[in-house]
Amino acid sequence: MKKNKHLLPMLMAGAMALSAGFASPALQAAEPVKIGMITTLSGGGASLGIDIRDGFMLGLKMKDGKLGGVETQVIEVDDARKVENAKQIATRMIKQDDVDIVTGIVWSNLAMAVVPSVTRAGKFYISPNAGPSALAGKKCHENYFNVAWQNDNLHEAAGQYVTDKGLKNVYLMAPNYPAGKDAIAGFKRFYKGNVAGEVYTKLGQVDYAAELANLRAAKPDAVYFFLPGGMGINFVKQYSQAGLSADTPLFGPAFSFDEGILKAVGDAAIGVYNTSQWNKDIDNAANTSFVEAFKEAYGRNPSLYASQGYDAALLIDSAITSVGGDLSDDDKFRDALRKAEFDSVRGNFKFGSNQHPIQDIYVRVVHKDGDTVTNKIVSKVFTAHQDAYATECKL
Amino acid sequence: MLTIELFFEQSLNGLQQGVMLFLMAAGLTLVFGIMHLINLAHGSLYMIGAYVAASVTQASDSFTLGILAALVAAGLTGMLLEFSALRRLYNRDHLDQVLATFGMILFFNELVKILWGPQALFLSTPEFLSGTLEFIPGAPYPSYRLFIIGAGLVVALLLRHLIIHTRVGMLIRAGATHREMVGALGVNIDELYTIVFGLGAMLAGLAGALAGPMLAVEVGMGEKILILTFVVIIIGGIGSVRGALVGALLVGMVDTYGRAFLPTIMRELLDPASADTVAASMSSVAIYVLMAVVLIWKPRGLFQAYGS
Repeated sequence: MKKNKHLLPMLMAGAMALSAGFASPALQAAEPVKIGMITTLSGGGASLGIDIRDGFMLGLKMKDGKLGGVETQVIEVDDARKVENAKQIATRMIKQDDVDIVTGIVWSNLAMAVVPSVTRAGKFYISPNAGPSALAGKKCHENYFNVAWQNDNLHEAAGQYVTDKGLKNVYLMAPNYPAGKDAIAGFKRFYKGNVAGEVYTKLGQVDYAAELANLRAAKPDAVYFFLPGGMGINFVKQYSQAGLSADTPLFGPAFSFDEGILKAVGDAAIGVYNTSQWNKDIDNAANTSFVEAFKEAYGRNPSLYASQGYDAALLIDSAITSVGGDLSDDDKFRDALRKAEFDSVRGNFKFGSNQHPIQDIYVRVVHKDGDTVTNKIVSKVFTAHQDAYATECKL
Repeated sequence: MLTIELFFEQSLNGLQQGVMLFLMAAGLTLVFGIMHLINLAHGSLYMIGAYVAASVTQASDSFTLGILAALVAAGLTGMLLEFSALRRLYNRDHLDQVLATFGMILFFNELVKILWGPQALFLSTPEFLSGTLEFIPGAPYPSYRLFIIGAGLVVALLLRHLIIHTRVGMLIRAGATHREMVGALGVNIDELYTIVFGLGAMLAGLAGALAGPMLAVEVGMGEKILILTFVVIIIGGIGSVRGALVGALLVGMVDTYGRAFLPTIMRELLDPASADTVAASMSSVAIYVLMAVVLIWKPRGLFQAYGS
């Protein structure tokens, strides 16, 4: 036993020396680029992860499997929306698979648990969705890029739009978890009227009867809610059944009204306003070819999650091209990423100082196009909008 | 502001939630009480009910057909499950049962994803139930929720009749307390267990089908209600259908009142920002507090099953 005590540290020291010796030359031009994709592919919320993955893989396919001209290997692992899984997968990707870039996480709580360990290990993380405020502000990192949005952005746009419409007494609702609080904070940052009520519901709640009865009793002008995934489906259906849609308009972020959710909610969602940085009718060449290619490859309409996954692939492609396929110099690769020299499907796109997007945000309305319930853009709310945390980030 | 109308409306909401929980809990508690089997896959049968109801309703435009199909599908799946797999678990300890039935949750979730895809399905409210009824002045109540309350109470009465007044019910009661004796009297216990399991599965399928028009019909929907269902049968007393009814109504009421009134009460005591957070946390633990209190008072639940 005593012998073993000394053996272990020695082995570890030896292993470290070996890895220090061999790890750095591993990133040479001829080597394939390894990308770790941690996302939610099973259980509740799987459709979000599947869309991100499909969008990303479509971007890769359109570059013939070579991002920036370099053979690209994507290691795709399902986190089942569990923090523990995501952490374990990330550790394995960093230590065992030695990936260059990690991407894919859908949920903010998973991102908070994984991103810091990825960047600390000297790897790059490109977020195709989650954008928690901490990672945009004080805890920002030079190796962390968000190609989607900072969590507050769509909520801020909704706050602005509701104010522009002259609504003065709005009821607010979100789940009781960090992204829910961010949502309400973001909305209030640009909303100038009175708050008729502010309710935080249980994460994963299925029945909103009690909340809806209180809501009706509060008699608001409008309701702003952020309930992603299945929670949103439940809420919108029950809102319409309670007969509230007729006189109390409903506003939300795009997350509650993507293509998959609209299919499940049906006519109950018609007339709901929601804010988004992307829609399939944004008119630019990159978007048109993306929407067509996505429909052809997967036989369904792309969602905003798919557009974000696609943009993540294009961003990586542009940066690898810019460094000539040589990822050995982290500084050069990082500078290339910062430039964001790719044609984003949402049109104008650049990174702010905290490496989060500066972009336009639109308001969409749910309408019926033939037989399908879908979104169309009503107007642009923000032009070149930046998040509120950029000033806290020391980069 | 708490008005009489609001209180009455919230009570209806609590009743409706309780009825829904009862449909789930009745089957689970029978299986637990009679076969001594912890069946975590009960939520999967609920999910199957919802998916089949959604598909059939969409294809046939008839909600009634959808519900009937859900009953048949969930019942058959349940009996097949019992016959092919769970039967082997009756004599194993609870940990093995939990492991095996947890595996089945994963199996059914993936199966549903393969058959129907990862995106949530659409199930509309039947036309004649899609409106609201304003029998509380100023608070129109969704007719569909009233329909659920009615359907649940009818099922409760039918179950009571089945268990107290029929031969199968007598065997169920006897099987729970003296299973060797029932076997020795020449009753085919295996068959009885399959029937009971199928009955429980049908109730879960019915709950799923009824929930479909209100909720997201999605993979994993069963797990969300399963935890509450276990709380219900523990409060009610394992194996007792009467206990399941009382437990379900208690849990439904406490959960609804908690969510409805705690925020207002907390706002009187604290500043708004922390009041909302505290109220949200308190209402989500309220039912567990209820469970703890009941268990301190009656460690085996409110009703013990048939004198065991």
